[in-house]
Amino acid sequence: MGFRKVAIVGAGITKFVRRAQETGPEMSYLASKMALDQAGLKLKDVEMVTLGTAPDAFDGVHMKGEYLLSGAGGNNKPYIRNFVGGGTGVFAPIHGWMHVASGACDICLVVCSEKMSSCHPHPQGAFLTIFDHTTEQPLKPTLIWIFALEMRRYMETYGLTKADVARVAVKNKNNALDHPSAQVAEAVTLEDVLNSEVLAEPVHRLDISPASDGAAAVVLASEDVAKRLTDKPVWIDGVGWNLDTAYWATKDLYYPRYVEKAARMAYEMAGITEPHKEIQVAEPYDPFDYKELHHMEGLLLCERGEAARLTAEGYTARTGNLPTCPSGGALGVGNPISATGLMKVIEIFLQLRGEAGKRQIPGKPRVGVAQAWGDLMQVGTVIVLRR
Amino acid sequence: MKIDNVPMKGLSSEEYEKALKITWKPNLHYTWDNGIGIGKYLQSLKEGKILASYCEKCERIMLPARAFCEMCFRPTDKYVPVKDTGTVNTFAICHVNWDASRLKPDEPRHIPAVIEIDGASSGQGIMHLLGNVDPAKVHIGMKVKAVWKPATEREGSITDILFFEPY
Amino acid sequence: MKERVAIVGIGVTGFSSVSPSLSFKELTYTAAVKAYQEAGLHPKEIDSFITASEDFMEGYSIFDEYVPDQMGAVMRPVHTVTADFIQALGIGYMMINTGRFRIIAVEAHSKASNVKTLDEVKAFALDPVYIRPLKENADFLAGLEMKRFLEETGNTEEQCAQVVVKNKANALNNPHAAHAASLTINDVLSSHPLSLPLKELDAAKPADGAIMIVLASEKEAKALCKKPIWIRGISWFSGQGNPWCRNFAYADYAQLSAQKAFAMAGITNPLKDLDFAEICDEYSYKELQHLESIGIARKGEAGFLTQTGATKLGGLLPVNVSGGSLGVGHTYEASGGMKVVEAVMQLRHEAGIRQVPNAKTGLVQSWRGVPTATGAIAILSNE
Repeated sequence: MGFRKVAIVGAGITKFVRRAQETGPEMSYLASKMALDQAGLKLKDVEMVTLGTAPDAFDGVHMKGEYLLSGAGGNNKPYIRNFVGGGTGVFAPIHGWMHVASGACDICLVVCSEKMSSCHPHPQGAFLTIFDHTTEQPLKPTLIWIFALEMRRYMETYGLTKADVARVAVKNKNNALDHPSAQVAEAVTLEDVLNSEVLAEPVHRLDISPASDGAAAVVLASEDVAKRLTDKPVWIDGVGWNLDTAYWATKDLYYPRYVEKAARMAYEMAGITEPHKEIQVAEPYDPFDYKELHHMEGLLLCERGEAARLTAEGYTARTGNLPTCPSGGALGVGNPISATGLMKVIEIFLQLRGEAGKRQIPGKPRVGVAQAWGDLMQVGTVIVLRR
Repeated sequence: MKIDNVPMKGLSSEEYEKALKITWKPNLHYTWDNGIGIGKYLQSLKEGKILASYCEKCERIMLPARAFCEMCFRPTDKYVPVKDTGTVNTFAICHVNWDASRLKPDEPRHIPAVIEIDGASSGQGIMHLLGNVDPAKVHIGMKVKAVWKPATEREGSITDILFFEPY
Repeated sequence: MKERVAIVGIGVTGFSSVSPSLSFKELTYTAAVKAYQEAGLHPKEIDSFITASEDFMEGYSIFDEYVPDQMGAVMRPVHTVTADFIQALGIGYMMINTGRFRIIAVEAHSKASNVKTLDEVKAFALDPVYIRPLKENADFLAGLEMKRFLEETGNTEEQCAQVVVKNKANALNNPHAAHAASLTINDVLSSHPLSLPLKELDAAKPADGAIMIVLASEKEAKALCKKPIWIRGISWFSGQGNPWCRNFAYADYAQLSAQKAFAMAGITNPLKDLDFAEICDEYSYKELQHLESIGIARKGEAGFLTQTGATKLGGLLPVNVSGGSLGVGHTYEASGGMKVVEAVMQLRHEAGIRQVPNAKTGLVQSWRGVPTATGAIAILSNE
């Protein structure tokens, strides 16, 4: 075909924490350094850098990409920040893929960093200004509103109960017990989730992933370089992204059609025609528990409305037919927005290499997908990896 | 490759309190130009009407009013007032403020909803609040009507509608 | 084998200090319609869209949400870079080079007039630990840099003032320009001090406006348009990110970008190989510093070239015939775009009274402003 292949050859990640002592640039450095070490490379080997990070309002710095530059290894290099809201973490390696697949470079460093704790009194405050400044902000909306609105629409469409949805939180939070980056590793039960504080019905506190500080990085390489660096390259086989209208209240929230479009774009590139059969491990974005179900359906990993039943049957457990969020996901590991997306890509990378340790799923998987979502119920970003 | 020993440990609440910090409260102010479409929408709210736009090509009546049809990528053909009644598409019962602080037990809960407005194309909704209603009785499909501020107090804002109530 | 990449359509609204009649969506829509009409395309035929924007310039968190509708890009692959327009153009160029995309649209706009506390936004970009607590206007970094640059290279404040006079006069010939003026060197030198040696007229003033550019692969470009403008080289670099470690006399990002872009375009003698240059002049001294860092002028000679008229229209190498940011207006993330639009008009020989005769190849350069050391360069050509 003549297309340049791109592989992931190294990954780094920090612990996800409630409040990091490190600054944003320092966090970026820790993840970048670890990814380079893992790949057996020095910063001077890196030709280009792309960084993903969510709103500047978290860190309280305008032009946040420029602020994080020195920690992300961007000094004296072509460096750019990509940004698709909550979808950024999975988009960042797609952006890196563009750098290498185009032939612009052979080695590209992809960094995602998020320091949410800088925003006071609570990072939620930064979310007021995601709503339309004229037609919505005067109503003083919170981010939780929109999730509650979407969650209810989804549950009502398929007649799901709170317990149907909460099982995702239980699965992911328990999976996270095995993840070294996990912010609050605690075993939770279905009752814990259902009895946790109600924030905006139907959303309870344990339906939501915790706000975190954290960073992650991967090193991408062209085919020749990748084969020199490792005998276990993991190839970026398909990439897709899609952005829906800003008029979010004018579409039916029960189904993420933009995720489906992004997934179809990635699957077509990867030559995947039957995703529910061909994909062996998935990391759908799970900032809220119902979101994992929503995204499984958008990723065409199951029929619409079936995701909750499959979850209850253990189909998505680590030992199930299609493990989802074996990492523990955003719900379990924590949700430093962009770093979470990249953490998911790293999880698929490790699972395909058979290096996920206690989290390793059986059956030597060859194909996996990671996905993130963002903006006002608008962005889907999808990456397909293959061993 | 093994990723098991990850850096960073995080500060406990106690350590955080003791840590040296720098505080900055940005003074950021904006005055956004409403332009043609939203300008007309707000003017119309001041007059006690909800305004939509009509596109002849896709035959959609769209909310809020807009100067161009984003799907056909052409100017919309006319502005049409729609009713101030609608159907609840979905709703939430919210116990927290926008900054994540909790509402006091005696404060009324916020009930945000997506309301599909009568007279607009199917599915064309806006986000607003519900009021004058027992939260336990709200349901998807409930018919609601706008409760407007008195004409003299309206200023051309989405808050010229106080909330929607069942009717 | 890489395909060549061309600009096949440009849309620009023109620039003004305020734009109250249109919302940012309507402003961008206006530019998009023009660009798509030039390219003869419906947005459905465009494979992917890129916006260059910064949240705090828009007054939104996650401004990415609000970009698709006005570009005709609903339910399409759209992404944002928080970067200058030329960097976004570079991403579009790379996307076409992957072989997976044929046509890409790139957008940026400025609604700077809607930001009531622009200086606060600028200060909000300063390092929160090391610099911001000093509570200085962010322009002080430009003052520091200007001082060191002039001291080390021997260029003078008068020569910087000459840049302002030239660019604002050039802008008189540009109907898009917001800040054209006929000034004297003395007007500039006696203007209000900002952070000396930087004075008020040394700094570009903000403007509103929107730009949309459509890129296509060689095959598509030849089918779509008669006068494709080829991107022969494009590159962006960040220099030393921390201002306190910087060599202020020199724009490392401009030098690094130039080396790579020149190599891509096969340019060995920029003065000879280029017919014009659009250089970032957000501050007057920056035009001189950039000319020297790029290698168009030798160290210490950019001021002399300016003074002797080598950089005016009709000179050895016309610089900023558009009027530059000083004359047209500073449009933040769209800054590089304004310069690309000018270059395309020049290379199509559609620049009217400010046309550079027989223009074949031009250079456009951008810088992201204080406190950054990030910039980009593109080499454009009609052959």
